[in-house]
Amino acid sequence: MSAKELWGRFAAWVNGEAAPAARFEKDYRPHLPSPRRRRQEEDSTGHAKTHEVLLYRVSTVLASVALIGILLATVTQLPLHGTPGTPDQNEVALRYVEKGLEETGAVNLVSGMILDYRAFDTFGESCVLFLTAMSVFVLLWNDKHSLPPKLEAERKEDDQILAEEEMHLLRHAAHFLTPFILLFGIYVVINGHLSPGGGFSGGIIIGSGLIFYATACGQKAVSRFFDRKAFYILNFICLAIYAGAKSYSFFLGANHLENPIPKGIPGAILSGGMILPLNICVGIVVACTMYAFYALFNKGDF
Amino acid sequence: MIYLEYLLLIFLIVCAILAPLCRRLLNAVLVFAAFSTVTAILWLLMQAPDLAITEAAVGAGIDTVLFLLTLKTAHFLDGTRDKK
Repeated sequence: MSAKELWGRFAAWVNGEAAPAARFEKDYRPHLPSPRRRRQEEDSTGHAKTHEVLLYRVSTVLASVALIGILLATVTQLPLHGTPGTPDQNEVALRYVEKGLEETGAVNLVSGMILDYRAFDTFGESCVLFLTAMSVFVLLWNDKHSLPPKLEAERKEDDQILAEEEMHLLRHAAHFLTPFILLFGIYVVINGHLSPGGGFSGGIIIGSGLIFYATACGQKAVSRFFDRKAFYILNFICLAIYAGAKSYSFFLGANHLENPIPKGIPGAILSGGMILPLNICVGIVVACTMYAFYALFNKGDF
Repeated sequence: MIYLEYLLLIFLIVCAILAPLCRRLLNAVLVFAAFSTVTAILWLLMQAPDLAITEAAVGAGIDTVLFLLTLKTAHFLDGTRDKK
């Protein structure tokens, strides 16, 4: 078999058009054997099937046992908890605890760590989230051209039924609770450098509020103020601000540059230098991504 | 307080064993949400409130919603178009 045929078969299998069976052989043709022959073939295929199932089961168990064994062997090689000399007992953690507040200006040391010392890691995480949202777009986005007419009609019917139904409790609860959820999310984002939380968790709370509102009132209600264009623009602006704010130390090759924004008094809302704007950027990216996940999983569009 | 932690850890193990054994996928999703909630409480008891907030929001909130949406899209939930 040539490489081209192999590739064609693989492509067809990836596209879900065919199983990777011998269906694409040149001499393959559906044939109707005689009843006696068919019974023989059925017997033989049935036998082969149980054989295959047994093979799958045995290999699954073997693979699981091997994986468990490897993981357990790795665990036995780890250093004991709390012994001096382990990699996590070096001077870095001590330095973070002793000088973190002074150097980053954040009362919440975790925020100081992930958005100041390790800010580039967090930038990578935000980019990964954005890339994930884009991948979900590629997989699940249904615009008007890609949706089969029957499915589209069904969805329109569903929407109409949902709009006509009087879900008093859910709608009233959504109207009453959504502002508070959003406000709490904004509070968690903005107080990220003072209290537990930060951009990631606060962004998810904001996204959950949007999802709650969309569940109760329909995605059309949310798309009045947050649609796909807003998603693109907000994501781009926030990631660009983050990249610009944190890549300067990369390009200048300096480990500890002076911050253009003063650190302020520790404990005040406007303190911590770049941490507050970075928290807001991360929060917006996460909130947009979470709502995009919901919208794409639910309808395939927003 | 330490007994509460033991209790929660036992609950965690029970959830972890139960989740893949559930016949109905909806039950598995709910067990998974319970697992995440208990994990969040454990983070809080271990004095890691940042992680607790994130675990509660992601594990118990968003994950459950996405799983339920997937089940709905794949017609595994009762009451949808396929299973009336």
